Amino acid sequence: MTINQISLAPAQRAVQLIGADLTEKSLKLHLEGLPGVDAVGLEARAAALGTRSIKTTSKVWALEKIISLIDLTTLEGADTPGKVRSLAAKAVTPDPADPSTPRVAAVCVYGDMVPYALEALGSAHGAEGIRIAAVATAFPSGRASLAVKLADVEDAVRNGADEIDMVIDRGAFLSGRYGAVFDQIVAVKEACRRDDGSAAHLKVILETGELNTYDNVRRASWLAILAGADFIKTSTGKVSPAATLPVTLLMLQVVNDWYRLTGERIGVKPAGGIRSSKDAIKYLVTVAETAGEEWLQPSLFRFGASSLLNDVLLQRQKITTGHYSGPDYVTID
Amino acid sequence: MTRLAVPKTYKLYIGGAFPRSESGRVYEVVTKRGAFIANAAKGSRKDARDAVRAARAAVSGWAGATGYNRGQVLYRIAELLEGRRVQFVDEIRAGEGVSETVAQQQVDSAIDVWVWYAGWADKYVQVAGNTNPVAGPYFNISTPEPTGVVAVIAPQDSSLLGLVSVLAPVLVSGNTAVVVASETLPLSAISLSEILATSDVPAGVVNVLTGSPAEIAPWLASHADVNALDLAGAEALDWIDLQIAAADTLKRVLPPEPGIPAPSVHRITFFTETKTVWHPKGLI
Amino acid sequence: MTFLDYAPAPESRSILHLKKSYGLFINGDFVDGHGTPFTTISPADESPIAQIASANAQDVDAAVAAARRAYETTWSRMSGSDRGKYLFRIARLVQERTRELAVAESLDNGKPIKESRDVDVPMVAAWFFYYAGWADKLDYAGLGAGPRPLGVAAQVIPWNFPLMMLAWKIAPALAAGNTVVIKPAETTPLSALIFAEILQQADLPAGVVNIITGAGDTGSALVNHPDVNKVAFTGSTAVGRAIAKSTAGTGKKITLELGGKAANIVFDDAPMDQAIEGIVNGIFFNQGHVCCAGSRLLVQENVHDEVISRLKQRLSTLRMGDPLDKNTDIGAINSRAQLERIRTLSDVGEAEGAKRWSAQCVIPDKGFWFAPTIFTGVSTSHRIAREEIFGPVLSVLTFRTPAEAIAKANNTPYGLSAGIWTDKGSRILAVADKLKAGVVWANTFNRFDPSSPFGGYKESGYGREGGRHGLAAYLQAPSALPMVEPAANPARKRRNSTKGTRK
Repeated sequence: MTINQISLAPAQRAVQLIGADLTEKSLKLHLEGLPGVDAVGLEARAAALGTRSIKTTSKVWALEKIISLIDLTTLEGADTPGKVRSLAAKAVTPDPADPSTPRVAAVCVYGDMVPYALEALGSAHGAEGIRIAAVATAFPSGRASLAVKLADVEDAVRNGADEIDMVIDRGAFLSGRYGAVFDQIVAVKEACRRDDGSAAHLKVILETGELNTYDNVRRASWLAILAGADFIKTSTGKVSPAATLPVTLLMLQVVNDWYRLTGERIGVKPAGGIRSSKDAIKYLVTVAETAGEEWLQPSLFRFGASSLLNDVLLQRQKITTGHYSGPDYVTID
Repeated sequence: MTRLAVPKTYKLYIGGAFPRSESGRVYEVVTKRGAFIANAAKGSRKDARDAVRAARAAVSGWAGATGYNRGQVLYRIAELLEGRRVQFVDEIRAGEGVSETVAQQQVDSAIDVWVWYAGWADKYVQVAGNTNPVAGPYFNISTPEPTGVVAVIAPQDSSLLGLVSVLAPVLVSGNTAVVVASETLPLSAISLSEILATSDVPAGVVNVLTGSPAEIAPWLASHADVNALDLAGAEALDWIDLQIAAADTLKRVLPPEPGIPAPSVHRITFFTETKTVWHPKGLI
Repeated sequence: MTFLDYAPAPESRSILHLKKSYGLFINGDFVDGHGTPFTTISPADESPIAQIASANAQDVDAAVAAARRAYETTWSRMSGSDRGKYLFRIARLVQERTRELAVAESLDNGKPIKESRDVDVPMVAAWFFYYAGWADKLDYAGLGAGPRPLGVAAQVIPWNFPLMMLAWKIAPALAAGNTVVIKPAETTPLSALIFAEILQQADLPAGVVNIITGAGDTGSALVNHPDVNKVAFTGSTAVGRAIAKSTAGTGKKITLELGGKAANIVFDDAPMDQAIEGIVNGIFFNQGHVCCAGSRLLVQENVHDEVISRLKQRLSTLRMGDPLDKNTDIGAINSRAQLERIRTLSDVGEAEGAKRWSAQCVIPDKGFWFAPTIFTGVSTSHRIAREEIFGPVLSVLTFRTPAEAIAKANNTPYGLSAGIWTDKGSRILAVADKLKAGVVWANTFNRFDPSSPFGGYKESGYGREGGRHGLAAYLQAPSALPMVEPAANPARKRRNSTKGTRK
């Protein structure tokens, strides 16, 4: 007996987990066999994590850690080289009044802005320094042909992007065409390769606000990991809700499951909607108590944010000086 | 020449069968004036034990039946009572020494009470249960469920109505019963058992012991596999001791009630347990 | 130090204004007791908190007499709406003093401040708020129009949720029009005595609530006092049994909330991450000092190893320590005696062949502590699978089919609560139907609400607290007539009420 099956691109992780005869059907069976998520329980757990009280030395540590995990982001139609230069300057020197302030993890821009970011960061850019992330694949909707998406990626990589933030095809996902989503991620991963054999890191944006249900978020997280994602990322920031603590907790649980299964660590990036230090600290707690403290490093956890940085700086100034600061004492970019 | 009558042998009713007492004992049932009517089986502690075993075995089926089904099965008993009313009238007259009219009235009332309770089978849950508006995203509902095996000391001064008034409310919710009948007026209890045996009431749902309540009741009160105790007809017994014995396994105990208990939904709900079930409500 | 250790975030004790010693609260005032006073200590470091009066039989008499007087002269004559207003006042005062009450509770009981702050005390306010609204709506309590209160209620409460249990008892009693004499547990009297101050602030008429402290003798004298009409007890099955015996034949209406050995059933299709949280919340909430704790984990055999491994990972993030630290997950065991019991039963578990695993916790030098512990390989015949440990100890058993899970879950003389974890709706409902337990939590655990009846089957006690059912437990039918009766019943006979005043 033979069953006519649609074969999928043989991504290494998926082949190892599901089998060499990787097909649309076998992927679907795997994803649909994942345990369900109880929304109320998940949200209650997230809320409980949010009640941790982070004080004194832990808070100082947390604020610095948050800065070092930020992908400082500008993703507007109105972006200009000037805006990107300003952003880059802020990334390098978040608080001019306090040189001990750590630098952010990366700047995140559209692909065509990568050269300006590269230029503006100068020597601050690099593997050990500030990285450049570019959104691609017809961000934020992802509504373009695969050829266009791949060209978008290749262009950004060629321009010098260290990291590619791609979006998945939510339409395909919601209509159950998991194979199409999978193959696109595999293709994008391939497009991240550079001529010298190295590759840009791939962050896969699930756009959880459009996937809507927690079960979908869990399946999409697994799908992205199986297809080769280095990071799974919640949102584009263009759809509401963007990152939420329960969604991020859920993605961290998936990442933890993958680690328990394979020993391989996948990164997580909540993006959009995280504006206050208080909120960001809740995320740190959630990371530490779900995936583990070793995830609290830029290679495994990022905040996609813009206004968050200034709030953290204000909090930091409060701790340093002992009194509350104001918005005129932090810089806008 | 008059025809020689064929008298009936009154036995126990346990697990759908009519055994004699394992003890082999009987006692004389007599008229008000002391004339012999029949020998009734004098139930023993082992009969009580067997009855509890039969009652326990019948719980899951009876409690698991739908309320609609239990209601119909119980209603059928009223139909059969109606059909055999002459027999009950005769037994009541013989035992209680009352007029035919009074005996008729007792049978009428017994049937009406039975019908009244039968109708509750698929309704008491709605009256005794409710959904609860908890402060959170949870579905929350409380429903009464039968408590299990109920031991009943039937009213001692009534042949049929007393028995029906305590038995029917126990059965309605899905409990099974071990009834100790009136010691001096046991005949209707056994005749009712014959109706039960030929009805759709499953074997073991009702078990009837005749004999001495003073002798049998302590064994039921202390039996660990009995969930509740109705002391309706135990006023003349050392019922406080029975209640104390029942406390060992924390049985629910309804204290003695002089006379014939009036029909009341309280008699149904007393032998139920309220179960509250929570479940989260999550859209995504 | 790692980030996960978090810096200490202790709640300040300065919010408390404790007296050096507390008397009995009788007839609206604090009075001296005639028993030997005792000291209540903090189980976290064994330091003394305050000296507490002990009520002897004479004091119990005085308290019951005060309650009787208040019942007859004031409370039973007051309109329901006015009774309700007093209860609303109490609810608001509790809300206003939440932080103080939470600190007192954690100090005296040893439970984490996050639980006293986020669960216990808010629940206290909620309970008074809920029953306040009932006070002028008693016609709808399910007993027919014009139900009557019972009279004086004797209430004895345990140490695991001192103030919450007080609220569960007092709020419905007062709403229904009864007056109260309540005895908090010997090891946790503090919050009840602060609550007495709240009653003074609320201007509650003298004698409506009397709070007497003391040990078991005091409680026994109270429940057996001839002039009480209602006994409400929460505590061990052994004591509940003794109360059921000693009150037999007295006509006192009894509510008993006793022990439990709840099964928490995890099917292989459960929402696994939430199930793990539910297991943790089920047995490690309040150090496992919970009568409805999910102390028996019944896990489907094909996911046993997975569940245990995840559970251990999760438990390793639990933080044990100072109950007043806002980041503490596991506080102190309430008393040395309870700690001994937990140790003894855990040792028995090991001796009987179950495999013990405890989370790595730094045990403080002073105080009473027990690390969260899991026993795997437990059989139904093991004592740790049958006896209530009342501590942070989970016994893990396995099953293969739903029928086996139900049979094992019900194989206990207890029947207070149970948990079900599965994604299959029809299975939830079918299993819930078959469990002999008064509260069934499906895909959640240890949820409480004033509108939700709580109480057990079998040896877990009788009567329900919470909701309409909890209110009815403090009322009697308006007259001797039945609630409902057939239209024509020639044999109608008035029922003799066994309740009412007994003098």
